[in-house]
Amino acid sequence: MMTFATMGRLALASALLSVAVPAQDSTSRGVRIGLNYDPGSKPGIIVLPPVAWANGDSVRRILERDLDFSDRFNVISLPPPDASTVAAASGALNYPVFAKTGAVALVHVAPTARGVHVVLHDVAKAAVAREEDFSLPATVGRDWRHAVHGIADAIEQWITGTRGISQTRVAFIRSNVVRLIDSDGHGEEALPMVGAAVSPAWHPNGGTIAYNTFGTESRIVLHDLRTGRNREFPAQRNSMYLTPMFAPDGRSLVYAISTENGADLYQMSFDAEAFPRRVTVGRGSINVGASFSPDGNRMVFTSDRTGTAQVYIMDADGTNADIFTAFDFGDQNYRADPDWSPDGRQVTFQSRIDNRFQVFTMSLRDRQPKQLTSEGQNEEPSWAPDGRHLVFASTRSGTRQLWILDTESGRLRQLTHAGGSRLPAWSPRLAK
Amino acid sequence: MTVTKRLLPVVLALFSVAALDACRRAAPEPVVPAVDTAAERMAREAEAERERQRLAAEAAAARQRAIDDSLARVRAAEDAARRDSEMLRGTLTTGINFDLDRSDLRDDARAALDAKIPILLANTNVTVRVSGHADERGSSEYNLALGQRRAATAKRYLVERGVAESRVETTSFGEERPVCTESNEMCWSQNRRDEFEITAGGPMLMRPRN
Repeated sequence: MMTFATMGRLALASALLSVAVPAQDSTSRGVRIGLNYDPGSKPGIIVLPPVAWANGDSVRRILERDLDFSDRFNVISLPPPDASTVAAASGALNYPVFAKTGAVALVHVAPTARGVHVVLHDVAKAAVAREEDFSLPATVGRDWRHAVHGIADAIEQWITGTRGISQTRVAFIRSNVVRLIDSDGHGEEALPMVGAAVSPAWHPNGGTIAYNTFGTESRIVLHDLRTGRNREFPAQRNSMYLTPMFAPDGRSLVYAISTENGADLYQMSFDAEAFPRRVTVGRGSINVGASFSPDGNRMVFTSDRTGTAQVYIMDADGTNADIFTAFDFGDQNYRADPDWSPDGRQVTFQSRIDNRFQVFTMSLRDRQPKQLTSEGQNEEPSWAPDGRHLVFASTRSGTRQLWILDTESGRLRQLTHAGGSRLPAWSPRLAK
Repeated sequence: MTVTKRLLPVVLALFSVAALDACRRAAPEPVVPAVDTAAERMAREAEAERERQRLAAEAAAARQRAIDDSLARVRAAEDAARRDSEMLRGTLTTGINFDLDRSDLRDDARAALDAKIPILLANTNVTVRVSGHADERGSSEYNLALGQRRAATAKRYLVERGVAESRVETTSFGEERPVCTESNEMCWSQNRRDEFEITAGGPMLMRPRN
């Protein structure tokens, strides 16, 4: 369905790596089923609506695409006539026929009064592995698509032990307007703006977007997605608010105050009417773009305290600051925009190579940098909640678009199709 | 024409002196008929009246010329002041450029700022806004802070040379408002800049006294 990326060598390297290193998602979370899921391989999966029903094909197409985009399955598409004839056989599935296609799992979706009934078959064992009812909104629209994505994410959890990420959205900037797009590229919408915006960030509950405006009317805006209401924090004269970022517990916001004497990070608590707490003391240097470790105890950020922009790491209270990305002695490279992975194991950032930015990851354990991109300019990476996929801005197609990279297989897909898309921020899982 | 007009009264005066001489010489002669005298007097009076009107018109024209001349002088002075003001405004709003990843002032930037200082000191009601900008090659979030630092560098230079701190506002647009959108050094060097905008007191700028 999707072409493998142009980064064959990287893909191979990371495939080898995923075999050698204990795979990130092998930890058992949620319910495990009888299917043997090997994180290093992609088991075949078939999605079937057994009989034709209204929206049945849409449900199947969305589930197939979501499972494909998860990069954990090899989605096998049977041509529609075969699918219906094979499946219709007196209510019982002809497992050997499906086994011949290479499928180890089969998802069987049937309509109910309030939504759909989903059955997951273990093809090898010729048995039902799990079944569940899901409700769907009566009318097909954004909420309906959102609910179908939730089914795909549940199926992924049944098989792999980890919930999928298709029920997520990406906030990003185009023409200084904050926009949201579903993880599968559907449902793009613009938020109502109070000024020229950059740097959107998600509250961990998925209900609020923070961003900042710049120029003489700089402010931090907290936009409540449910009510549509804004809370605004205007900056003082001769200063700007930059790069707002919620703490993992959602109870405070870390942001930079850019003044005539450099930019420093501050933390504002939502709990009390207290003054913001200063986190960095940059003495005229620029310190922006904080990203928390998942436990909230540390953060990475961009600082030019030694001359050029580099990624730094420190404790959340501002102590023990140390350079994170100095992996070449005497290297005057430029590195910025770090994002700490949701599993806590690595940090992604952008690094300037031959006057172009490329996306890197670096693990906390061995601090070995890994270059993930090389085509065009690739910037501003943001982790998906699965700690495996990245969204970033890339000029590889000739215009600036958002692309999604599976860091394990190297597979790429284009998320947006309007030029000038940048500064993406991947939402947390948005299950209701 | 004007020469003739100006000589005419003189010529006429000479004529009238000659006529008086003739009268004096003719005094012993028999009295001329009264009818003739009356006709002559009427003619003389009409002539005098025309003369008065002519002189009045001339005086009015001269006054008008004087008014026009002084208005023209005022207008010329105003034009000169306006040209001055526009030239001064141009000097005040001339931008400066920076090197890649840098916010320190180059020599050409110092010269451009030096030219602004006497104007700012001579026009104390003028306030300005310095907006820092960056090229597209850095991180766009970092570049917003870099733009602010570039604006602050220019402001510090002005303030250290006597411009009141409160008269200079700083802000930044990072790489969000390029003046040139191609991806080459020609464009990038233009985009790494401070822009200067007069925010108040700018309609009529005074030339600094030497």
